[in-house]
Amino acid sequence: MFENLSEKLQRAFKNLRGQGSLTEENMQEALREIRVALLEADVNLNVVKELVEHIRARALGQEVMTSLSPTEQVIKIVRDELVTILGKDTARFQFASRPPTVILMAGLQGSGKTTTAGKLAAWLQKGGHRPMLVSVDVYRPAAREQLRVVAQSIKANIYEGDTKSETAGTALVERLAREARREAVITGCDTLIVDTAGRLHIDSELMDEIAKLKALLSPQEILFVADAMTGQDAVRSAEAFHQRLALTGTVLTKMDGDARGGAALSIRHVTGQPVKFMGTGEKPDAFEPFHPDRVVGRILGMGDIMSLIERAEDKLDKRKSEEFARKALSGDGFSLEDFRDQLRQIKKLGSMESILKMLPSVGPFAGMQQMAGQVDEKQFNRVEAIINSMTPKERNHHEIISGSRRKRIAAGSGTTVQEVNQLLRQYAQMRKMFKGIGKGGLLQRRAMGMLTGMKGR
Amino acid sequence: MIQTLFGSLNEEDPQSLSILDRMRKAVSRTRDNLGEHLDNVLAMARAIDETALEELEMTLIASDLGVATATEITANLREHAKRQQIRDGAELRELLKDQIRAILDQNTRKPVVVSAPPEVIMMVGVNGTGKTTTSGKLAAWYRARGKTALLCAADTFRAAAIEQLEVWGQRSGVEMIRTKQGGDPSAVLFDALQAAKTRQTDVVIVDTAGRLHTKTGLMAELDKMRRTAQRIIPDAPHEVLLVLDATTGQNGLQQARLFTESAGVTGIVLTKLDGTAKGGIAVAIAREMQLPVRFAGIGEGLNDLLPFDSEAFARSLLEA
Ligand SMILES: Nc1nc2c(ncn2[C@@H]2O[C@H](COP(=O)(O)OP(=O)(O)O)[C@@H](O)[C@H]2O)c(=O)[nH]1
Ligand SMILES: [Mg+2]
Repeated sequence: MFENLSEKLQRAFKNLRGQGSLTEENMQEALREIRVALLEADVNLNVVKELVEHIRARALGQEVMTSLSPTEQVIKIVRDELVTILGKDTARFQFASRPPTVILMAGLQGSGKTTTAGKLAAWLQKGGHRPMLVSVDVYRPAAREQLRVVAQSIKANIYEGDTKSETAGTALVERLAREARREAVITGCDTLIVDTAGRLHIDSELMDEIAKLKALLSPQEILFVADAMTGQDAVRSAEAFHQRLALTGTVLTKMDGDARGGAALSIRHVTGQPVKFMGTGEKPDAFEPFHPDRVVGRILGMGDIMSLIERAEDKLDKRKSEEFARKALSGDGFSLEDFRDQLRQIKKLGSMESILKMLPSVGPFAGMQQMAGQVDEKQFNRVEAIINSMTPKERNHHEIISGSRRKRIAAGSGTTVQEVNQLLRQYAQMRKMFKGIGKGGLLQRRAMGMLTGMKGR
Repeated sequence: MIQTLFGSLNEEDPQSLSILDRMRKAVSRTRDNLGEHLDNVLAMARAIDETALEELEMTLIASDLGVATATEITANLREHAKRQQIRDGAELRELLKDQIRAILDQNTRKPVVVSAPPEVIMMVGVNGTGKTTTSGKLAAWYRARGKTALLCAADTFRAAAIEQLEVWGQRSGVEMIRTKQGGDPSAVLFDALQAAKTRQTDVVIVDTAGRLHTKTGLMAELDKMRRTAQRIIPDAPHEVLLVLDATTGQNGLQQARLFTESAGVTGIVLTKLDGTAKGGIAVAIAREMQLPVRFAGIGEGLNDLLPFDSEAFARSLLEA
């Protein structure tokens, strides 16, 4: 398991206690760690070199911020730099003064253009637009059929056209595009999303073709669809597409995986255009405006609490969680039965290890990430087994669990009396703690709500 | 605040844009591939010194080999240089190539002997890497070698995935077993294997839906498919090929780990090598997991599939 950058920096600065100042020497090791972290996150080598140089300059020129440790200071600089490159205000979209607004999708093979075209249409529909889709991918088998199925599933307009068994080539591509635009005008669609065939940036014939499409359609938006898992090559393809087409933005796809997404930095860097959206799943609604800070957190391995919350929202039974939170915080407290329900819910989120790894290693969760490697998943199963061996009455009235009952429970669950005792002790502590929070302030309640999957919305 | 090198990326501010422009130019000037870089390194360093080795490490990283692999290779070269003088660039290049080859050739597992037909080959991988295309190419590949083949359309999830494979079936003259969109992939696999067994088909190629390795539910589905295959043919699937896009960065390692865990990957197909990405992540994967690369995809045509050749691959990694 890898450490995140903050832990590595802590090691690099281990001799620097308290608020020692950053010097050329003690930064050496830290900069090396930053470089490695960025490279491991697939940020392009040349971009990394410049970034590291820049971070060095800033760190050394920094007036000492007395409240921050050296690690925190450097992390802050790195974060700021990355967020600056990625930019803010990313999801701005340009619309034509005279409809239809044309959006051209461009990118390598398999980057996710067709799926993204559908998502974009769904997103526009939600915003009150009337998009029309068209696929001019006359090359890949069943590509046009794929978009047709996607359009159908989101009830979007699509111009299917007729290839009239005309040979696949630029002439056909241009005809379909022209017809689609006419169709959009006639049917009162205000946007036309043009899905194109995937192409290599070194395929001059196909690059000529997409340049011709651009000339024909004068699109308001030319979106580069790129896979979040792309490595060092991202700069080459992005730059070539940008040179040829003057891209207006990027969509980063497959962000629901665990790729660090350093390609976002590289592409942003060579095109100068913002990453506008990201794809976070295969369904049409798994599409969001791009959040630079979230990606920066991922690149640095600082956890992804947002994704964790999303996962929780997706997997947890919200009603149950709220019920639990209400009980736990109220005077009644939660029962062992409720506790077992919660355990089962949490298990649905994945292994404890994977959950802990998603927590940021700074702030209130400090130290949790490191625990990930040590958690004993079996421990959870044992706890569940113990509770399973109790009678319903025992689960709801823990105070009746006497010595002899403990013995029976231990035997029934294949554990020891000590383990049963320990669980009951921990349960009592937790119960008390939660009740305390219930009496506490709003902030604590919020934090609690988050932990139990109850999001105030 | 100190002005950042990249400017404050406010689009309304023309000055910062020009800074960005300049940066961009700088990157494209220095941006180059491993080959050119190597030549520079080698021209620079008559005796192979530390700077040259460090440069070398960076250039390996630029081909997606990853920090750990690049560091190890460089460390080995350093050891070698200590023991005996590396005289010139050509020699260093040769040594480097041999190192990469050695990593790629670690796996000596012989292709499985199939006791009775059919041989079952399952294609797995994340979305869009080229599973369907490679399935089609593989069908043609076996056909061209006089074997009978059957395609199994087990991607029942993605829109028009079945139709896509069907076209490949027509192109290669290989029959395809299908179910309806949204059907159970294990069920269609069952049908395909039954059919292949009865007909004594030599090879069954199973195209599966793309899935991210982080989705545990979908990964479990692959495991289920494997068990289904075993019910009909005890030693199936004989090959589980992880289809990996050559543009993939360090995440490829995680893909290899998790697909191996759930689907028992036996080898890799490296696709899209006709682009500018060199697929260096395959070296990192071979180093950690001893997974061999079996085939290379070099285009979208029926015949754009080559059996993998580590010598040629290592050479191409080092070529301009
Ligand atoms: N240039 C190139 N494109 C490829 C190669 N293999 C697949 N593709 C393209 O990559 C895209 C995704 O391929 P597909 O087989 O649908 O991927 P799947 O989702 O993994 O089944 C398609 O546009 C293919 O034509 C290759 O070796 N070279
Ligand atoms: Mg497919």
